[in-house]
Parts: sequence; C-alpha cells; structure tokens
Amino acid sequence: MVQAINAALGQEMQADARVIVLGEDVGRDGGVFRVTEGLLEKFGENRVIDTPLSELGIVGASIGLAVNGMRPIAEIQFDGFTYAGLDQLIDHASRIRTRSRGAYSCPLVVRFPCGGGIHAPEHHSESPETYFVHTPGLKVVCPSTPGDAKGLLASCVQDPDPCIFMEPKRIYRAVKEEVNEERYTIPFGVAKGVREGEDVTLIAWGAMVRECVKAADQLEAEHVSCEVLDVRSLKPLDVNAIVNSVKKTGRVLVVHEAPKTLGLGAEIVALIQEHAFLSLEAPVGRVTGFDVAMPLYKLEEAYLPNVNRIVEGVRRTVLF
Amino acid sequence: MPFKSAASFEVKFLQVLNEKGEVDSKLEPRISGERLKQFYEWMVLARVFDEKAIALQRQGRIGTYASVRGQEACQVGSACLLNDLDWVFPAFRENAALIVRKTPLKNLLLYWGGDERGSVPPLGVRNFPVAIPVSSQIPHAVGAAWACRLRNEKNVSLVYFGDGATSRGDFHEALNFAGVFKIPVIFLCQNNQYAISVPRSRQSAAQTLAQKAVAYGIEGIQVDGNDLLAVYVSVQEALERARAGKGPTLIECFTYRLGDHTTSDDAKRYRTESEVEEWKKKDPLARFELYLASKKLFSKEYQSEVLERAQALVDQAVQEYESVPLPAVSDLFNYVAAQLDANVSMQKARYLEGVGAQDVVPVTPVVAPLVKGPANQSSKPGKKRVSLEGSSKADEVPDF
Ligand SMILES: Cc1ncc(C[n+]2csc(CCOP(=O)(O)OP(=O)(O)O)c2C)c(N)n1
Ligand SMILES: [Mg+2]
Repeated sequence: MVQAINAALGQEMQADARVIVLGEDVGRDGGVFRVTEGLLEKFGENRVIDTPLSELGIVGASIGLAVNGMRPIAEIQFDGFTYAGLDQLIDHASRIRTRSRGAYSCPLVVRFPCGGGIHAPEHHSESPETYFVHTPGLKVVCPSTPGDAKGLLASCVQDPDPCIFMEPKRIYRAVKEEVNEERYTIPFGVAKGVREGEDVTLIAWGAMVRECVKAADQLEAEHVSCEVLDVRSLKPLDVNAIVNSVKKTGRVLVVHEAPKTLGLGAEIVALIQEHAFLSLEAPVGRVTGFDVAMPLYKLEEAYLPNVNRIVEGVRRTVLF
Repeated sequence: MPFKSAASFEVKFLQVLNEKGEVDSKLEPRISGERLKQFYEWMVLARVFDEKAIALQRQGRIGTYASVRGQEACQVGSACLLNDLDWVFPAFRENAALIVRKTPLKNLLLYWGGDERGSVPPLGVRNFPVAIPVSSQIPHAVGAAWACRLRNEKNVSLVYFGDGATSRGDFHEALNFAGVFKIPVIFLCQNNQYAISVPRSRQSAAQTLAQKAVAYGIEGIQVDGNDLLAVYVSVQEALERARAGKGPTLIECFTYRLGDHTTSDDAKRYRTESEVEEWKKKDPLARFELYLASKKLFSKEYQSEVLERAQALVDQAVQEYESVPLPAVSDLFNYVAAQLDANVSMQKARYLEGVGAQDVVPVTPVVAPLVKGPANQSSKPGKKRVSLEGSSKADEVPDF
C-alpha cells in the first residue's frame, strides 16, 4: 500500500503542477513510513516540503495554499497528532465554501496513518474518523487495499473540496496486490463488495476488512455464509450498497477499531434501521473498540476487534 | 523622522566547562565531590540503560525507544536541583532526568514495553507521565506551577522539550501564560539540532531558540548542553528566580542527539557521519570525566566500578521488568473514570465473561464451532433461520 500511495502522489504531482506535498519529515527522510520516498528528488524543494513541527500550521497554511490556487497534500505524521489540525479543519477548511457562498473553495488533502496493530508508542494507534466524518464539508476515505488507496487518493487530490485520507498503518505493507500503473480514480461513495454471502453482512473499512474476511473464511468452514462490504468511503457513505446487502442477508455486523460510542458504526446502524427495517432478522450488531483510551501495546490485542470477536458477534446475530 | 529603538535584546550563552575539561573558575558552581560523583554515576547509568533498551527493542522485548545518548548532561544537570515536590514534565527522551527523579528503571522499561504501569510516578515524587505529542506537556507545567503558587507552595515546575517543540502553539501559548502570570516554571529546551530528520534551521528562522523568551517578556538563556556545570548554573539561577516569585525562565541547552531519533529511525538518511563524529568529541560524559579527574575524583578503577554497578542495576531491572505479569485486561477499563458509567461497566463485564475467568492477555475467547443446520438451506429472505449446533444459547453469548 505504501508503494501505491507513493505512486498516486507522484502521478498527481506529475499531472498537476499545483499539487504540493508538505509535512514533517516528508522530504529528505521520505516520511517516517517512507510513503513520500523519492518525491523530493523528483519534484524538488518547492513541491515537497519539510515543514516545522506544527500540525496546526501545516493544516492552516494548507488552507491558505488551497484557497489561493494550490493543491496541497498535507501529511500528519500520526493519527494522534491530527487533533491539533482539527480546529482549522472544522472552523475553516470544511466551511470556507459555505461561508463565502462559493467564492472560495479549499481543495486540500490531509493524509495520515491510522489505527493500531503495530505495537506503536502511545498516541500512535488512534482511529479518529468520527471527528472528521462528523464535520460537514469534509470527505473521508479509508482504503483497505493498495489499488483502492491509489484510486481514492487520486480522487481526493482532484476533488474541489477538502478530503481526509486515512491510511491503515498495519496493512501498509501487509496487504499486497498488483496495482494498475495507469493514473485512475475511484469515486467517493462507492462501497466494494469484498466477498459475497447469504446469511450475514459484515461491514468494515481499512484494516478491519481483512479481519472480517478471515472471520468469514472461518465461518464458511462452519457453514455460515458472510458477505463482506468494504465501505472505503466513510463519507459520503454508499447507503445503497449497505441497504441492498442487508435486504439480501437480513443480518448485519459492523466492525471498527474506534470506540463504540458514536463510532461510524452507530451511523451505519441508524441508516440501516431507517432504510431496511423490515428486512432485518436480528438487531444490527457491532464489534468495535471499547469506550476506553487506546491502550499501550501490551493490551492492544485485547482492545482491537479480532477474528474471534467478529465470529462471536456473527454468532450472536445469527442466534438471535 | 529617524526611528527610535523600541526594544533591544541580547542572548547570553553560558559555558563553564569547555571541551578540553577546562573550567571557568569564576563561574564554577560549588558542589561537593560526593555530589559530583553522583551526577557522573547518574549519567553513566542513563547511558548503560540506553544501550540496553536499544538492544531490548532489537530483540522484541520492548517497543519503540527514544535514546537519550548525548543529552545526559542537560537532564542530570537540571533534574538534580529539584525537590521531590517540584513538578517535572518530561517529553519522551527524558530517561536520564527520570532516573534522577527516582523512577525505577523497571518502570521505564514497562512504559516502553507497552505497559501503562510504567507511568505510575514514584511515591511522593511529582513526575508527570511521558508526553508523546510533542510540546503538549508545556502548558501543563505552567498550570501545575500556577497551582503551586495558588496553594502557597514554594515548589516549581520544570518542563523538558526539544527544538522541534518550539514550533508548536502549545509552546508559545505556555510561555505567554507564564509571562503574563509570572508563573514559577522553568522551560528547558534541549536543542539537539534535529526533530527526527528536520534540522533546527527548519524550526525557526531565529538565531537562537532562547530569544523566544524575549517576545514573552521572560528571561531566556542559551547554555552549552553538553556541559553539566553550565546547565546546573543556569537552572539554579532560574530556580532562585522562580522561588522568589520573579517569574519563568527559558533555557536553551545547545546539544546533540548522538543516536537515532528512536529505534524506528535511521539517522544516516539525513545527517553525515562526520557531523556525528564532531559531536562525539563533545560527549558530555567524557567532558565530565575530565572535570572529575581535575578534582582528583576520577580513576580508571572508579570508572569501571561505576560502569559495573550500572550494568548490574540495569540487568536487575530487566529481570524485574520481565517478571512483571502481563497487565490485566480489566485495566483496559478500570481507569476511564473514578466511577465507571453503566456503559463502560457493561462493556467490561461482557468482555471479561467472554475471556473467561482468565483475566490476562493474550485474549483468545473460546469459540465453539458454528454448524449451520438444515433449516438454513432454504435461504429465502424473510424466512431464514440459521441454526447453530454445538454452541451455547444466544443469551449466554457475551456482547462484544
Ligand atoms: C504533535 C506531534 N507531532 C509529531 C510527532 C512525531 N514526532 C515524534 S518526536 C518528533 C520530533 C521531535 O523533535 P524535538 O522536539 O526536537 O525533540 P527530539 O525528538 O529531538 O528530542 C516528531 C515529529 C509527535 N510525537 N507529536
Ligand atoms: Mg530535537
């Protein structure tokens, strides 16, 4: 996935001279995960910029850059440090179009590695998607495969409005596939059916898709057929795909790493009951992080949803 | 009309002990031989610990670790002056300071080994936990020192941070508060020339970081951070100022990170060997050895004795660390609030049921195999029933 994101950055920069990349350690070091490796050499210091250590500055300056004709791609080094940029995103990036009645727009992308699973230090394993999804005016995506990462990032860069691009760090190198070398985009708001099934729909994004697929494989051996839907685009959400799958299976489990309360799962559950109430055979289940601070790594495994918990959740839904 | 000068300023630089081990006797602090040896022993212990921690990380026995190598004098020379009831706010590279502040080595290993119990402060010592988000701890130091004053205590705060931290709003807002309210706090910046790969010149166009104090109306000074005595003298002065109610001080310790940023970093990508070699010549430990020798406090035997003692302490700490039982899963939930609300309590109870009586990680809930019964073979929407053989009833299944 690192390579695919790197390729998308390179292609978008090649295609559009307004695109610049800025953040901490993105230049000389190529990013702490090497996602921006080689870009400085290729595009030079004016377009690949090592900034001072200042998340608010990075996001705030990107807003000005974007409003005045540039296409900044801001990297925030880790999920836990995006919060300092939230003020700028919520108060400004997301609503400059509204406030100026369309006179100004803010085509910026904020990318950051997200989620747990790599035994990282404190504040390096957060799943902050709800804060962004809850902010009107932002688009939010979180891919689960290299191919999706490439196409979704291209869409973010080309979009006229601010986009949040979340990169599940535990599958940066763990999920591999051949990726189309051409420049392409994947539209927002289109979920991906990862696996067809009859009995239960598993809904997830990012690193949890892989866990769902593993759980589905295990359940298949035990004769429960799971459909796995990767929503990819957290906002806008592909409500149709969700509803259609629910109509088919009648049972749903939403899986995410973020804490349960007001995690995106809550919104998905609400949408399902609005649009597919009569198709439901059981209450929609959730397997999520707990309503606790993301722990240090010795308890990380205990916090993160895993195959066992997903299987257990499916069983509960099925037994209802 | 010619301009008048609205303000002018000067930034002082302090060095007491130079690289050759020569001391400026006018500036030399009066410290007993025993204390001087103690300082040296702390620095050696920090370095031995550091080497061990890096090795443990490489062997997968702890997680990512941030090395203090090269910055021992900044930390020992400052922390040694505080009382237990003064507050210390570390960033994440403050192992030497934390050692001085009575933190068991085992706790340092626990923290970097992914266990929150490492953040429990030693009894009666006001150490805050490590702050990973850069600069975020600086305003806390202001608040804690403010509380000292409001509670009529003579105690102060000392907060450690790096050159990179001076680029964040937290730093500026903290200094501003401290200036406005004359808070008894010491801002100790370890300018080690890098924030991961980003050089000091990318953090600020200002000639020194110390001069940022000027803008907030507080005292500021730059000192040689590889000279323990310079750090000591400047912190002593700042402490007197703070305890006398005369306000905060910013001290920029000019130093160098001799190791990689952390065990996840490879510093060769962004700095030259020759630069590192130049700084190795300024090693704070070597310099302090020269000073001790000039005081007749140093010998080869003493050196190896100190080293051996440090190694024994570190080895013992590793053993202690590795015999600490894994944290209880219930600890995920137990500290969310003084009183857990119904929601968190329920999540905790259900989870612990699921993992059985075994309240430890790794968690592998026992899952009976699911067998889809014949009823499901007619998979018509609206009519389906999935039956499960060999598993418990629904209401006995924990809600994850
Ligand atoms: C707010 C925030 N942004 C980014 C990071 C990632 N990060 C960890 S340390 C570091 C550099 C810190 O530089 P400096 O303040 O000079 O301290 P040093 O590491 O040199 O001791 C960065 C960017 C972080 N921990 N917190
Ligand atoms: Mg630094």
